Amino acid sequence: MIDNRSMIRTFLSRYIRNFDLKDDTDIFGGGLVNSLFAMQLIAFLEKEFSITIENTDLKLNNFRSVNAMASFIDTKA
Amino acid sequence: MQLSEKQKKDRLSFREFVDNEIIPNAGTYDREERLAGELIAKLAAQGYNGAVLPEKYDGRAMDFITYGLLNEELGRGCASVRGLVMMQNMVALTILKWGTEEQKERWLKRIASGETVAAFALTEPDFGSDAMHIETSITDEGDSAFIINGHKKWITLGQTADLFLVFGKRRGKLTAVLVEKDSPGFHRTAMGGLLGVRASMLAELHFDNCIVPQENVVGRPGFGFVPVGITALNLGRYSIAWGCVGIGQACLEACLDHTSKRKQFGDYLKNHQLIQEMIADMTVSLKAGRLLCYQAGHLHEEGDQNAIMEIMVAKYFTSKMAFSIANNAVQIHGAAGCGSDSPVQRHLRDAKIMEIIEGTSQIHQIKIADYAYKEQAD
Repeated sequence: MIDNRSMIRTFLSRYIRNFDLKDDTDIFGGGLVNSLFAMQLIAFLEKEFSITIENTDLKLNNFRSVNAMASFIDTKA
Repeated sequence: MQLSEKQKKDRLSFREFVDNEIIPNAGTYDREERLAGELIAKLAAQGYNGAVLPEKYDGRAMDFITYGLLNEELGRGCASVRGLVMMQNMVALTILKWGTEEQKERWLKRIASGETVAAFALTEPDFGSDAMHIETSITDEGDSAFIINGHKKWITLGQTADLFLVFGKRRGKLTAVLVEKDSPGFHRTAMGGLLGVRASMLAELHFDNCIVPQENVVGRPGFGFVPVGITALNLGRYSIAWGCVGIGQACLEACLDHTSKRKQFGDYLKNHQLIQEMIADMTVSLKAGRLLCYQAGHLHEEGDQNAIMEIMVAKYFTSKMAFSIANNAVQIHGAAGCGSDSPVQRHLRDAKIMEIIEGTSQIHQIKIADYAYKEQAD
Protein backbone atom coordinates (compact mmCIF):
# COMPACT_ATOMS: atom_id res chain seq x y z
CA MET A 1 0.00 0.00 0.00
CA ILE A 2 1.36 3.42 -0.94
CA ASP A 3 1.68 5.63 2.10
CA ASN A 4 0.74 9.31 2.20
CA ARG A 5 4.32 10.53 2.02
CA SER A 6 4.99 8.51 -1.12
CA MET A 7 1.92 9.92 -2.81
CA ILE A 8 2.95 13.46 -1.91
CA ARG A 9 6.51 12.85 -3.11
CA THR A 10 5.24 11.51 -6.44
CA PHE A 11 3.02 14.55 -6.89
CA LEU A 12 5.82 16.98 -6.00
CA SER A 13 8.30 15.27 -8.30
CA ARG A 14 6.17 16.40 -11.22
CA TYR A 15 6.70 20.02 -10.32
CA ILE A 16 10.12 19.98 -8.71
CA ARG A 17 12.71 18.42 -10.97
CA ASN A 18 16.44 18.01 -10.78
CA PHE A 19 16.37 18.53 -7.05
CA ASP A 20 17.01 16.07 -4.26
CA LEU A 21 13.78 16.62 -2.38
CA LYS A 22 13.85 15.47 1.24
CA ASP A 23 10.77 14.99 3.36
CA ASP A 24 11.69 18.08 5.37
CA THR A 25 12.70 20.32 2.42
CA ASP A 26 10.91 23.69 2.54
CA ILE A 27 9.39 23.75 -0.96
CA PHE A 28 7.98 27.26 -0.64
CA GLY A 29 10.90 28.86 1.18
CA GLY A 30 13.28 27.50 -1.42
CA GLY A 31 11.50 29.15 -4.31
CA LEU A 32 10.99 25.75 -5.92
CA VAL A 33 7.38 26.33 -6.95
CA ASN A 34 5.13 29.11 -8.27
CA SER A 35 1.77 30.45 -7.16
CA LEU A 36 -0.28 28.26 -9.50
CA PHE A 37 1.37 25.25 -7.91
CA ALA A 38 -0.16 26.13 -4.53
CA MET A 39 -3.64 25.78 -5.98
CA GLN A 40 -2.74 22.57 -7.80
CA LEU A 41 -1.37 21.22 -4.52
CA ILE A 42 -4.63 22.02 -2.75
CA ALA A 43 -6.62 20.29 -5.50
CA PHE A 44 -4.34 17.26 -5.26
CA LEU A 45 -4.57 16.99 -1.47
CA GLU A 46 -8.35 17.41 -1.45
CA LYS A 47 -8.91 14.79 -4.13
CA GLU A 48 -6.34 12.16 -3.22
CA PHE A 49 -6.92 12.26 0.52
CA SER A 50 -10.64 13.08 0.48
CA ILE A 51 -10.24 16.11 2.68
CA THR A 52 -11.61 19.64 2.46
CA ILE A 53 -9.10 22.41 2.94
CA GLU A 54 -10.67 25.45 4.53
CA ASN A 55 -9.86 29.03 5.34
CA THR A 56 -8.39 28.16 8.72
CA ASP A 57 -6.09 25.55 7.13
CA LEU A 58 -4.36 28.10 4.88
CA LYS A 59 -1.16 28.23 6.89
CA LEU A 60 2.18 27.74 5.22
CA ASN A 61 3.25 25.39 7.99
CA ASN A 62 0.61 22.90 6.80
CA PHE A 63 2.11 22.72 3.31
CA ARG A 64 5.77 23.60 3.72
CA SER A 65 7.21 20.10 3.25
CA VAL A 66 6.30 16.46 2.68
CA ASN A 67 6.36 15.92 6.43
CA ALA A 68 4.19 18.97 7.07
CA MET A 69 1.59 17.84 4.54
CA ALA A 70 1.53 14.29 5.88
CA SER A 71 0.94 15.61 9.41
CA PHE A 72 -1.73 17.98 8.16
CA ILE A 73 -3.54 15.14 6.39
CA ASP A 74 -3.47 13.12 9.60
CA THR A 75 -5.15 15.98 11.46
CA LYS A 76 -7.88 16.21 8.82
CA ALA A 77 -8.60 12.49 8.75
CA MET B 1 -19.16 14.83 -24.99
CA GLN B 2 -22.56 13.56 -23.94
CA LEU B 3 -24.71 15.93 -21.92
CA SER B 4 -27.21 14.68 -19.37
CA GLU B 5 -30.90 15.31 -20.00
CA LYS B 6 -30.86 17.99 -17.30
CA GLN B 7 -27.88 19.70 -18.87
CA LYS B 8 -29.63 19.70 -22.25
CA LYS B 9 -32.76 21.14 -20.67
CA ASP B 10 -30.76 23.81 -18.84
CA ARG B 11 -28.92 24.75 -22.02
CA LEU B 12 -32.23 25.22 -23.83
CA SER B 13 -33.48 27.37 -20.98
CA PHE B 14 -30.32 29.50 -21.07
CA ARG B 15 -30.65 29.91 -24.81
CA GLU B 16 -34.25 31.04 -24.60
CA PHE B 17 -33.42 33.58 -21.91
CA VAL B 18 -30.56 35.00 -23.96
CA ASP B 19 -32.65 35.13 -27.14
CA ASN B 20 -35.52 36.90 -25.39
CA GLU B 21 -33.87 39.10 -22.79
CA ILE B 22 -30.32 39.83 -23.88
CA ILE B 23 -29.85 39.75 -27.64
CA PRO B 24 -32.61 42.32 -28.36
CA ASN B 25 -30.89 44.77 -26.00
CA ALA B 26 -27.19 43.97 -26.43
CA GLY B 27 -26.58 46.67 -29.03
CA THR B 28 -28.19 49.28 -26.79
CA TYR B 29 -26.11 48.17 -23.81
CA ASP B 30 -23.00 48.54 -25.96
CA ARG B 31 -23.88 52.00 -27.32
CA GLU B 32 -25.06 53.35 -23.95
CA GLU B 33 -22.14 51.70 -22.16
CA ARG B 34 -24.29 50.37 -19.35
CA LEU B 35 -26.50 47.46 -18.43
CA ALA B 36 -30.15 48.09 -17.63
CA GLY B 37 -30.87 48.03 -13.90
CA GLU B 38 -33.69 45.54 -14.23
CA LEU B 39 -31.39 43.12 -16.05
CA ILE B 40 -29.53 42.27 -12.84
CA ALA B 41 -32.83 41.35 -11.20
CA LYS B 42 -33.79 39.19 -14.18
CA LEU B 43 -30.43 37.40 -14.14
CA ALA B 44 -30.72 36.85 -10.40
CA ALA B 45 -34.28 35.56 -10.77
CA GLN B 46 -32.95 32.90 -13.13
CA GLY B 47 -30.41 31.94 -10.47
CA TYR B 48 -27.48 32.96 -12.65
CA ASN B 49 -25.84 35.30 -10.12
CA GLY B 50 -25.50 32.41 -7.69
CA ALA B 51 -25.08 29.72 -10.33
CA VAL B 52 -22.19 27.96 -8.59
CA LEU B 53 -23.49 28.41 -5.04
CA PRO B 54 -25.21 25.56 -3.21
CA GLU B 55 -28.95 25.70 -2.59
CA LYS B 56 -28.24 26.45 1.05
CA TYR B 57 -27.28 29.95 -0.09
CA ASP B 58 -30.10 30.21 -2.63
CA GLY B 59 -27.75 29.18 -5.44
CA ARG B 60 -28.48 27.01 -8.49
CA ALA B 61 -25.78 24.51 -7.50
CA MET B 62 -24.78 24.09 -11.14
CA ASP B 63 -22.14 21.54 -12.00
CA PHE B 64 -19.14 22.96 -13.82
CA ILE B 65 -20.28 21.81 -17.26
CA THR B 66 -23.70 23.40 -16.82
CA TYR B 67 -22.05 26.61 -15.65
CA GLY B 68 -19.98 26.49 -18.82
CA LEU B 69 -23.07 26.08 -20.97
CA LEU B 70 -24.60 29.11 -19.24
CA ASN B 71 -21.52 31.15 -20.05
CA GLU B 72 -21.53 30.06 -23.67
CA GLU B 73 -25.11 31.21 -24.08
CA LEU B 74 -24.56 34.49 -22.23
CA GLY B 75 -21.44 35.10 -24.30
CA ARG B 76 -23.41 34.45 -27.46
CA GLY B 77 -25.68 37.29 -26.46
CA CYS B 78 -23.50 39.89 -24.82
CA ALA B 79 -19.99 39.70 -23.38
CA SER B 80 -20.76 42.43 -20.85
CA VAL B 81 -23.73 40.53 -19.45
CA ARG B 82 -21.63 37.38 -19.25
CA GLY B 83 -19.00 39.44 -17.43
CA LEU B 84 -21.56 40.55 -14.88
CA VAL B 85 -22.61 36.98 -14.14
CA MET B 86 -18.97 35.86 -14.12
CA MET B 87 -18.09 38.50 -11.56
CA GLN B 88 -20.92 37.53 -9.20
CA ASN B 89 -19.89 33.90 -9.30
CA MET B 90 -16.15 34.64 -8.96
CA VAL B 91 -16.68 36.58 -5.75
CA ALA B 92 -19.39 34.25 -4.45
CA LEU B 93 -17.31 31.11 -5.02
CA THR B 94 -14.29 32.72 -3.38
CA ILE B 95 -16.31 33.62 -0.28
CA LEU B 96 -17.89 30.16 -0.29
CA LYS B 97 -14.53 28.39 -0.42
CA TRP B 98 -12.31 30.68 1.64
CA GLY B 99 -14.58 33.07 3.54
CA THR B 100 -15.57 32.85 7.19
CA GLU B 101 -18.96 31.50 8.20
CA GLU B 102 -20.00 35.07 9.02
CA GLN B 103 -19.01 36.26 5.54
CA LYS B 104 -20.91 33.41 3.92
CA GLU B 105 -24.03 34.11 5.96
CA ARG B 106 -23.85 37.82 5.29
CA TRP B 107 -23.10 37.92 1.59
CA LEU B 108 -23.86 34.77 -0.37
CA LYS B 109 -27.66 34.94 -0.39
CA ARG B 110 -27.47 38.64 -1.18
CA ILE B 111 -25.24 38.02 -4.18
CA ALA B 112 -27.45 35.18 -5.37
CA SER B 113 -30.57 37.34 -5.12
CA GLY B 114 -29.00 40.31 -6.89
CA GLU B 115 -29.48 42.46 -3.79
CA THR B 116 -25.70 42.83 -3.67
CA VAL B 117 -23.64 43.30 -6.82
CA ALA B 118 -20.09 42.10 -6.31
CA ALA B 119 -16.85 42.95 -8.07
CA PHE B 120 -13.25 41.74 -8.11
CA ALA B 121 -10.61 44.44 -7.65
CA LEU B 122 -7.07 43.32 -8.42
CA THR B 123 -5.73 45.38 -11.33
CA GLU B 124 -3.97 48.70 -10.68
CA PRO B 125 -2.79 51.42 -13.05
CA ASP B 126 0.77 50.10 -12.97
CA PHE B 127 0.17 46.40 -12.27
CA GLY B 128 -1.96 44.01 -14.30
CA SER B 129 -0.25 40.77 -15.28
CA ASP B 130 2.38 41.44 -12.61
CA ALA B 131 -0.23 41.00 -9.90
CA MET B 132 2.22 39.94 -7.21
CA HIS B 133 3.59 43.49 -7.12
CA ILE B 134 0.38 45.42 -6.58
CA GLU B 135 0.86 48.50 -4.42
CA THR B 136 -2.45 48.92 -2.59
CA SER B 137 -1.58 48.85 1.10
CA ILE B 138 -3.58 47.35 3.94
CA THR B 139 -2.42 48.42 7.38
CA ASP B 140 -3.73 47.53 10.80
CA GLU B 141 -5.68 50.14 12.72
CA GLY B 142 -5.72 48.70 16.21
CA ASP B 143 -6.99 45.14 16.51
CA SER B 144 -10.26 45.53 14.70
CA ALA B 145 -9.84 47.61 11.56
CA PHE B 146 -7.75 47.91 8.41
CA ILE B 147 -6.82 51.11 6.61
CA ILE B 148 -6.59 50.69 2.84
CA ASN B 149 -4.71 53.08 0.58
CA GLY B 150 -4.38 52.59 -3.15
CA HIS B 151 -5.85 52.86 -6.59
CA LYS B 152 -7.52 50.16 -8.70
CA LYS B 153 -8.30 50.54 -12.39
CA TRP B 154 -10.32 48.75 -15.11
CA ILE B 155 -12.60 47.19 -12.48
CA THR B 156 -15.60 45.48 -14.08
CA LEU B 157 -18.88 46.71 -12.54
CA GLY B 158 -16.85 49.23 -10.57
CA GLN B 159 -19.49 51.88 -11.28
CA THR B 160 -22.33 49.94 -9.74
CA ALA B 161 -21.02 47.22 -7.41
CA ASP B 162 -21.95 47.19 -3.74
CA LEU B 163 -19.17 44.90 -2.58
CA PHE B 164 -15.57 44.58 -3.74
CA LEU B 165 -13.08 41.80 -3.18
CA VAL B 166 -9.99 44.00 -2.98
CA PHE B 167 -6.42 42.74 -3.17
CA GLY B 168 -3.58 44.55 -1.45
CA LYS B 169 -0.51 44.03 0.70
CA ARG B 170 -0.52 43.79 4.47
CA ARG B 171 2.90 43.66 6.09
CA GLY B 172 4.31 42.90 2.65
CA LYS B 173 2.01 39.90 2.14
CA LEU B 174 -0.77 39.75 -0.44
CA THR B 175 -4.14 39.89 1.23
CA ALA B 176 -7.79 39.90 0.10
CA VAL B 177 -10.38 42.06 1.86
CA LEU B 178 -14.08 42.69 1.30
CA VAL B 179 -14.89 46.39 0.97
CA GLU B 180 -18.41 47.78 0.91
CA LYS B 181 -19.21 50.73 -1.34
CA ASP B 182 -20.07 53.03 1.55
CA SER B 183 -16.87 52.37 3.47
CA PRO B 184 -15.27 55.61 4.69
CA GLY B 185 -12.49 56.71 2.36
CA PHE B 186 -13.76 54.79 -0.68
CA HIS B 187 -14.82 56.49 -3.89
CA ARG B 188 -14.93 55.62 -7.57
CA THR B 189 -14.82 57.28 -10.97
CA ALA B 190 -16.51 55.83 -14.04
CA MET B 191 -14.48 54.83 -17.11
CA GLY B 192 -15.93 55.00 -20.61
CA GLY B 193 -15.10 54.78 -24.28
CA LEU B 194 -13.46 51.38 -24.12
CA LEU B 195 -12.75 49.25 -27.17
CA GLY B 196 -14.98 46.38 -26.08
CA VAL B 197 -17.24 45.03 -23.32
CA ARG B 198 -18.42 48.61 -23.18
CA ALA B 199 -21.40 47.87 -20.96
CA SER B 200 -19.22 46.44 -18.20
CA MET B 201 -19.43 49.72 -16.32
CA LEU B 202 -15.75 49.86 -15.54
CA ALA B 203 -14.45 52.22 -12.90
CA GLU B 204 -11.35 53.35 -11.12
CA LEU B 205 -11.50 52.73 -7.39
CA HIS B 206 -9.79 55.02 -4.93
CA PHE B 207 -8.96 54.03 -1.37
CA ASP B 208 -7.89 57.05 0.66
CA ASN B 209 -7.47 55.87 4.24
CA CYS B 210 -10.44 53.61 3.59
CA ILE B 211 -11.49 51.87 6.80
CA VAL B 212 -12.88 48.31 6.89
CA PRO B 213 -13.25 45.80 9.73
CA GLN B 214 -10.46 43.23 10.02
CA GLU B 215 -13.10 40.54 9.98
CA ASN B 216 -13.48 41.33 6.26
CA VAL B 217 -10.26 39.56 5.35
CA VAL B 218 -10.85 36.55 3.05
CA GLY B 219 -8.48 33.64 3.35
CA ARG B 220 -5.22 34.42 5.04
CA PRO B 221 -2.40 36.80 4.16
CA GLY B 222 0.65 35.53 2.30
CA PHE B 223 0.37 31.86 1.35
CA GLY B 224 -3.33 32.01 2.15
CA PHE B 225 -3.84 34.67 -0.48
CA VAL B 226 -2.85 32.48 -3.40
CA PRO B 227 -5.80 30.08 -3.27
CA VAL B 228 -8.17 33.03 -2.83
CA GLY B 229 -6.92 34.83 -5.91
CA ILE B 230 -6.60 31.73 -8.04
CA THR B 231 -10.02 30.36 -7.07
CA ALA B 232 -11.57 33.55 -8.45
CA LEU B 233 -9.35 33.84 -11.51
CA ASN B 234 -9.75 30.17 -12.36
CA LEU B 235 -13.53 30.49 -12.47
CA GLY B 236 -13.17 33.74 -14.40
CA ARG B 237 -10.97 32.12 -17.04
CA TYR B 238 -13.39 29.22 -17.37
CA SER B 239 -16.27 31.65 -17.86
CA ILE B 240 -14.31 33.61 -20.46
CA ALA B 241 -13.32 30.45 -22.33
CA TRP B 242 -16.95 29.41 -22.67
CA GLY B 243 -17.99 33.00 -23.37
CA CYS B 244 -15.57 33.04 -26.28
CA VAL B 245 -17.21 29.91 -27.63
CA GLY B 246 -20.46 31.87 -27.40
CA ILE B 247 -18.97 34.79 -29.32
CA GLY B 248 -17.77 32.38 -31.98
CA GLN B 249 -21.15 30.68 -32.16
CA ALA B 250 -22.94 34.02 -32.53
CA CYS B 251 -20.61 35.06 -35.34
CA LEU B 252 -20.92 31.72 -37.12
CA GLU B 253 -24.71 31.82 -36.93
CA ALA B 254 -24.72 35.40 -38.24
CA CYS B 255 -22.48 34.38 -41.14
CA LEU B 256 -24.53 31.30 -42.03
CA ASP B 257 -27.62 33.49 -42.13
CA HIS B 258 -26.02 36.37 -44.05
CA THR B 259 -24.33 34.21 -46.67
CA SER B 260 -27.58 32.35 -47.30
CA LYS B 261 -29.42 35.58 -48.07
CA ARG B 262 -26.95 37.84 -49.83
CA LYS B 263 -26.06 37.42 -53.48
CA GLN B 264 -23.00 38.71 -55.28
CA PHE B 265 -22.03 37.97 -58.88
CA GLY B 266 -25.39 36.26 -59.34
CA ASP B 267 -24.97 33.66 -56.64
CA TYR B 268 -25.39 33.41 -52.87
CA LEU B 269 -22.25 34.17 -50.87
CA LYS B 270 -22.38 30.67 -49.38
CA ASN B 271 -21.65 29.22 -52.81
CA HIS B 272 -18.41 31.16 -53.18
CA GLN B 273 -15.48 28.97 -52.24
CA LEU B 274 -13.48 31.66 -50.43
CA ILE B 275 -16.51 32.20 -48.20
CA GLN B 276 -16.77 28.43 -47.68
CA GLU B 277 -13.13 28.39 -46.58
CA MET B 278 -13.85 30.94 -43.84
CA ILE B 279 -17.04 29.15 -42.76
CA ALA B 280 -15.15 25.85 -42.57
CA ASP B 281 -12.34 27.35 -40.48
CA MET B 282 -14.85 29.00 -38.15
CA THR B 283 -16.74 25.74 -37.70
CA VAL B 284 -13.68 23.62 -37.01
CA SER B 285 -12.02 26.02 -34.59
CA LEU B 286 -15.31 26.53 -32.77
CA LYS B 287 -15.76 22.79 -32.30
CA ALA B 288 -12.17 22.46 -31.09
CA GLY B 289 -12.59 25.33 -28.64
CA ARG B 290 -15.81 23.93 -27.26
CA LEU B 291 -14.18 20.53 -26.73
CA LEU B 292 -11.30 22.15 -24.81
CA CYS B 293 -13.89 23.79 -22.58
CA TYR B 294 -15.68 20.50 -22.01
CA GLN B 295 -12.42 18.80 -21.14
CA ALA B 296 -11.43 21.53 -18.68
CA GLY B 297 -14.86 21.45 -17.09
CA HIS B 298 -14.81 17.68 -16.80
CA LEU B 299 -11.37 17.70 -15.16
CA HIS B 300 -12.53 20.34 -12.70
CA GLU B 301 -15.55 18.23 -11.82
CA GLU B 302 -13.18 15.34 -11.18
CA GLY B 303 -11.05 17.49 -8.86
CA ASP B 304 -8.05 16.92 -11.10
CA GLN B 305 -5.11 19.23 -10.34
CA ASN B 306 -4.54 19.65 -14.08
CA ALA B 307 -7.90 21.39 -14.40
CA ILE B 308 -6.31 24.77 -13.63
CA MET B 309 -3.92 24.44 -16.55
CA GLU B 310 -6.53 22.94 -18.88
CA ILE B 311 -8.74 25.95 -18.16
CA MET B 312 -5.81 28.19 -19.13
CA VAL B 313 -5.35 26.16 -22.31
CA ALA B 314 -9.04 26.56 -23.13
CA LYS B 315 -9.07 30.30 -22.37
CA TYR B 316 -5.95 30.91 -24.44
CA PHE B 317 -7.27 28.98 -27.42
CA THR B 318 -10.85 30.20 -27.38
CA SER B 319 -9.96 33.88 -26.93
CA LYS B 320 -7.72 33.75 -30.01
CA MET B 321 -10.38 31.72 -31.76
CA ALA B 322 -13.17 34.19 -30.94
CA PHE B 323 -11.15 37.12 -32.26
CA SER B 324 -10.31 35.26 -35.45
CA ILE B 325 -13.91 34.15 -36.02
CA ALA B 326 -15.30 37.61 -35.29
CA ASN B 327 -12.70 39.15 -37.58
CA ASN B 328 -13.79 36.84 -40.41
CA ALA B 329 -17.44 37.48 -39.58
CA VAL B 330 -16.96 41.21 -40.12
CA GLN B 331 -15.12 40.42 -43.35
CA ILE B 332 -17.94 38.23 -44.60
CA HIS B 333 -20.54 40.86 -43.73
CA GLY B 334 -18.55 43.57 -45.48
CA ALA B 335 -19.86 47.08 -44.94
CA ALA B 336 -22.94 45.64 -43.23
CA GLY B 337 -20.65 44.25 -40.55
CA CYS B 338 -19.05 47.59 -39.79
CA GLY B 339 -22.09 49.60 -38.73
CA SER B 340 -22.79 50.43 -35.11
CA ASP B 341 -25.94 48.29 -35.24
CA SER B 342 -24.08 45.19 -36.41
CA PRO B 343 -23.62 42.52 -33.75
CA VAL B 344 -20.50 41.13 -35.42
CA GLN B 345 -18.52 44.36 -35.02
CA ARG B 346 -19.48 44.36 -31.33
CA HIS B 347 -18.37 40.75 -31.04
CA LEU B 348 -15.05 41.63 -32.70
CA ARG B 349 -14.37 44.42 -30.21
CA ASP B 350 -15.47 42.25 -27.29
CA ALA B 351 -13.36 39.31 -28.48
CA LYS B 352 -10.20 41.41 -28.41
CA ILE B 353 -10.78 42.14 -24.73
CA MET B 354 -10.96 38.40 -24.02
CA GLU B 355 -7.31 38.06 -25.08
CA ILE B 356 -6.34 40.49 -22.34
CA ILE B 357 -8.50 39.98 -19.25
CA GLU B 358 -7.96 37.39 -16.52
CA GLY B 359 -4.43 36.91 -17.81
CA THR B 360 -3.16 38.05 -21.19
CA SER B 361 -2.52 35.54 -23.94
CA GLN B 362 1.19 36.05 -23.35
CA ILE B 363 0.94 35.11 -19.66
CA HIS B 364 -1.06 32.07 -20.73
CA GLN B 365 1.61 31.11 -23.27
CA ILE B 366 4.33 31.19 -20.59
CA LYS B 367 2.31 28.97 -18.26
CA ILE B 368 1.20 26.61 -21.03
CA ALA B 369 4.75 26.14 -22.30
CA ASP B 370 5.87 25.24 -18.78
CA TYR B 371 2.93 22.83 -18.56
CA ALA B 372 3.97 21.20 -21.84
CA TYR B 373 7.46 20.43 -20.50
CA LYS B 374 5.97 18.91 -17.35
CA GLU B 375 3.58 16.79 -19.38
CA GLN B 376 6.39 15.55 -21.61
CA ALA B 377 8.41 14.46 -18.61
CA ASP B 378 5.53 12.46 -17.10
